[in-house]
Amino acid sequence: MTSVLSISNASMRFGDKTLWQDLSLEVQPNEFIAVIGANGSGKSTLLKAILGQEQLTSGSMQLLGKPVHRGCRHVGYIPQHRTATESTPMRARDMLRMGYDFHRFGLPWPSRKAKARVEHILGCVDGFALADKPVGELSGGELQRLRVGQAVIGEPDLILADEPLSALDLAQQKIVAELIDQERREHGAAVIFVTHDVNPILSMVDRVLYLANGQFRIGKPDEVLTSEVLSELYGTPVDVLRNQGRIVVVGTHDNHEHHDHEVWN
Amino acid sequence: MSAIASVDLWGQLFNFSDYDQLIPLVQNSLIAGALLGLVGGLIGLFVMTRDMSFAVHGISELSFAGASFALLAGIDVVAGSIAGSLVAALIIGALGSRAKDRNSIIAVLMPAGLGLGILALSIYEGRAANKFGLLTGQIIAVDAPQLYSLFGICAFILVALAVVWRPLMFASLDPEVAAARGVPTRTLSVVFMLLLGLAVAASVQVVGALLVLSLLVTPAAAALRVTRSPILTPILSVAFALTAVIGGILLALGGGLPISPYVTTISFLIYVVCRLIERLRK
Repeated sequence: MTSVLSISNASMRFGDKTLWQDLSLEVQPNEFIAVIGANGSGKSTLLKAILGQEQLTSGSMQLLGKPVHRGCRHVGYIPQHRTATESTPMRARDMLRMGYDFHRFGLPWPSRKAKARVEHILGCVDGFALADKPVGELSGGELQRLRVGQAVIGEPDLILADEPLSALDLAQQKIVAELIDQERREHGAAVIFVTHDVNPILSMVDRVLYLANGQFRIGKPDEVLTSEVLSELYGTPVDVLRNQGRIVVVGTHDNHEHHDHEVWN
Repeated sequence: MSAIASVDLWGQLFNFSDYDQLIPLVQNSLIAGALLGLVGGLIGLFVMTRDMSFAVHGISELSFAGASFALLAGIDVVAGSIAGSLVAALIIGALGSRAKDRNSIIAVLMPAGLGLGILALSIYEGRAANKFGLLTGQIIAVDAPQLYSLFGICAFILVALAVVWRPLMFASLDPEVAAARGVPTRTLSVVFMLLLGLAVAASVQVVGALLVLSLLVTPAAAALRVTRSPILTPILSVAFALTAVIGGILLALGGGLPISPYVTTISFLIYVVCRLIERLRK
């Protein structure tokens, strides 16, 4: 089976700072990969590189067998939640339509095909009740659900999600995460999911890419998220605690937190 | 006494005698106004979604400077106005990709443009009406060659907008996702600045530099208060702009006053009504 995404010996440096180097990763169809790491560890830069918006310092990246380039039609992108301005002239269904064909030139003529596709996706994301609401009036969870729909409306082979759950409450996090999982299964798409908290997606994740201190570890969650591996990665003693299916990382001294407990360290 | 005075004022503001003979005289202006209403209503929508109202004002001041120098040099005023507009649009587009930077750049450019324009007009020894017209608009100024150039500019803007409508709307409303989808957001923002520059230059000819906002911002702002539909918004915005500019010309016809107070007042009233409708709906 050909990889959806193939990263080989990739490095990213800004001046003296090495975000990651010699990163090699083969992402298979239907695979769910979580990218975890502190702020500034290069998680978002990795996504930008895959989107073709940031050049690798060295190494290469191939998407479906071709070098990555800006604006690949086979990628669906889910951004971090941001509240839309109240007066934004866009309703939920318009946001989906934009994801469907607004990258093309021309006027947005009504199209039966586009409409059918939007209706289908509205069904997938439980969005019929939201369809005609302005996006500025949607809650965080509602908006992110539609973001998932917007990302999959073009039937992508790879879904890139950049902290899509941040700023959502736990219940909404669960709904949105499950929706992403369900959509990738239905479409056979691979997922690269950047997050600072692995817990909401722990049951879905096939592999974890953990970035820290210019280094990284890749593997199954149970292999990477252990006290030994993370202590080695951070170069200081780190405890990984497991409690009722949740993982808490203690002692990383990062600015972010996997869990509130970490703040106290 | 005061009753007579107020009748005089009223007569000056709204005078419809000999109306049937006056209309043909301003036929060109009416056509120009309709074109500008169409362009202004549509461009305004992108001005609003891209949060560039202030840029419109900045560009119009440099457009005024360009037009003033053209008047002084005895060359085509429309050409001067376009040159000023495009210079401003390109500077703002190149230096001000972030809203914060943009506002300060505009605030620096605006008085510089206005100052240069006033300098040119002070030296100019031609008809004073021409001077005043560039700032506040003029009604019967649109002659046939000017109409053709306006028509050309407006047609160009409308065709260009039709071509880039979808990606430009995507980039304006949802820049991050648009960029991820491969929409060339930076190129589009330069293209939009050029179109905006042309639209401002065209509008300066009719409503004047100080009042361009009433055509390029107010109608779209009003439309956005009452609808969020991407189809209804441009339609309403154009309808509002057309009402303001055509209505303004027709009302200004009899009184011999500049056209701009009529256009801006209609435009403003439409906005107020739209806000009231929005308030009532809640």
